[in-house]
Amino acid sequence: MNHDQARYGDDERYESLLSEKDSTEIDIETDADSPLPDDLTRDSVELPSLSEPEVTRHYTRLSQMNWSVETGPYPLGSCTMKYNPTFAEDVAADPNGAVHPDRSEESLQGTLEVLYHLQDYLARIGGMDAVTLQPPAGAAGEFTGILVAKAYHESRDDDRSEVIVPASAHGTNFASAAMAGYDVVELPSGDDGRVDLEALEAAVSEDTAALMLTNPNTVGLFERDIEEIAEIVHDAGGLLYYDGANLNALLGRARPGDMGFDVMHYNVHKTFATPHGGGGPGAGPVGVTEELAQFLPSPRVRERSGAYELYDPERTIGKVHGYQGNWLVLVKAYAYIARLGDAGLEDASAKAVLNANYLAERLDCEIPYEPFHHEFAATAGERDAADVAKHMLDHGVHPPTTKWPEFVPEAMLTEPTEAETIDSLNDLADAFNAAFAADSEALESAPSKTTARRIDQADAARNPQLSWQALEPSEE
Amino acid sequence: MFEVPEDRKYMESHEYATTDGDTATVGISDFAQDELGDVVFVELPQTGDEVSQDADFGVVESIKAVSDLYAPVSGTVTAVNEELFDRPELVNEDPYGDGWMLEIDVADEGEFDDLLSADEYREQTE
Repeated sequence: MNHDQARYGDDERYESLLSEKDSTEIDIETDADSPLPDDLTRDSVELPSLSEPEVTRHYTRLSQMNWSVETGPYPLGSCTMKYNPTFAEDVAADPNGAVHPDRSEESLQGTLEVLYHLQDYLARIGGMDAVTLQPPAGAAGEFTGILVAKAYHESRDDDRSEVIVPASAHGTNFASAAMAGYDVVELPSGDDGRVDLEALEAAVSEDTAALMLTNPNTVGLFERDIEEIAEIVHDAGGLLYYDGANLNALLGRARPGDMGFDVMHYNVHKTFATPHGGGGPGAGPVGVTEELAQFLPSPRVRERSGAYELYDPERTIGKVHGYQGNWLVLVKAYAYIARLGDAGLEDASAKAVLNANYLAERLDCEIPYEPFHHEFAATAGERDAADVAKHMLDHGVHPPTTKWPEFVPEAMLTEPTEAETIDSLNDLADAFNAAFAADSEALESAPSKTTARRIDQADAARNPQLSWQALEPSEE
Repeated sequence: MFEVPEDRKYMESHEYATTDGDTATVGISDFAQDELGDVVFVELPQTGDEVSQDADFGVVESIKAVSDLYAPVSGTVTAVNEELFDRPELVNEDPYGDGWMLEIDVADEGEFDDLLSADEYREQTE
């Protein structure tokens, strides 16, 4: 597919800052009695002075110079970049849902009912007994889940110090376990890309608090030995934690709870089509078995004789976020699940797996680990996966996740999701194959059609400019 | 070809230690810096910390990967190259010189025998 990304301005600055377009100095009346120190107060402030169309054009231009699932395929493996349906936005925008969570329980019945049903839906989808909606992101869910596991062990006076994490796991697993105060034991992947049972046997001990596992794992392989894995971990007195990143592969077909998992988090921005936070509000609900429910964060929602109420679980770990979590995100997940229903979710999941397998079949490259489900790790072989990715940008598609997991050389972790049609999957395959067929000169000089070309990654990491205020004013 | 100076010994995991005296200067090899690509962050222990042979003492992060750093010999850290916190690129520019990481007061010089000679290390990287 031919594609040219929008470009305004010059090579140095694609779009000027709002304050550069036009701004006005406004005097501020200062309070002489203000307790604030002088270096934290000012007498005037420079504000952009622009019409609404100017502001709208500014942000629309920025969005045109960016990439989104609304402009084309976005097969970023492990991220499940689903299309976010607009009806869910409409539901979230309904003023009936805009009630302050500090209002009386009586007047919150509508929102509590939605949250109660979402707890229930997620519990049923995951095969869990109880769910908290409070954690504000997937990684926050992981951290919460591990804190719940820790509270469980502590309640039994069982002092355990280690969490086992497979080498193929998401980086957040290592971080969540470490943040909860555990030593992380890394489990090497077996030759087939799955958990090596012998290595697991050797790794578990009376110090094992939990094993954190993604299933299907991060190259899309189903951990076939999950029952044996659960037995090994449980026999050692540990808990089994399910990372919900790849739940989109299983909806309606298999449930972590039935596989023996005790704790799990749900990435509603992946599986249930809420927007990826990008640092904004998110949600990472956590599901647990009956035995662990008493440790969940407070408050949770329950039904008592036809009314919904908030309550604190008996031995709660406390709060991990304000109120009941990020309502505006949760209500979108609720809307998505309710709209699709059992059959719709199962169908979405089946199509996600079908799309990944169809796309893989069309690619001229090696895929070392099979059979995969909703995503696959192709290898760029002798090429640099980053070069292949840059080349793909010129074809109007977003590239896959590159160079991860690390045990696949020059990995290109690809997850098209159920959102793509056969035509867009063919476009994606053409973009992949054009990059695989390109010579090294073409690869290294790509991309040529994007607003920004190659970014100086080292400089970006060494000297990050994290705010527009850090930018040099343009010369104009 | 990558530089492999003769005046030091190497680990299979690409760290080096100088061998001329009680104090060893530790860093990563030219081969390692090239494999890593542009280094953007280095995490090192503090002066006075103890390190033990083969145990990790820090982290080096590049635009490609995050890798643990392993101590070639045991001992007490007597100096840390704090310049790397502001200019991690020195690891790329001059791995055996300005890109050094630690100075270690060597506890047991016998441990140098466990390390690879320049020739043996060169062979490993070819």
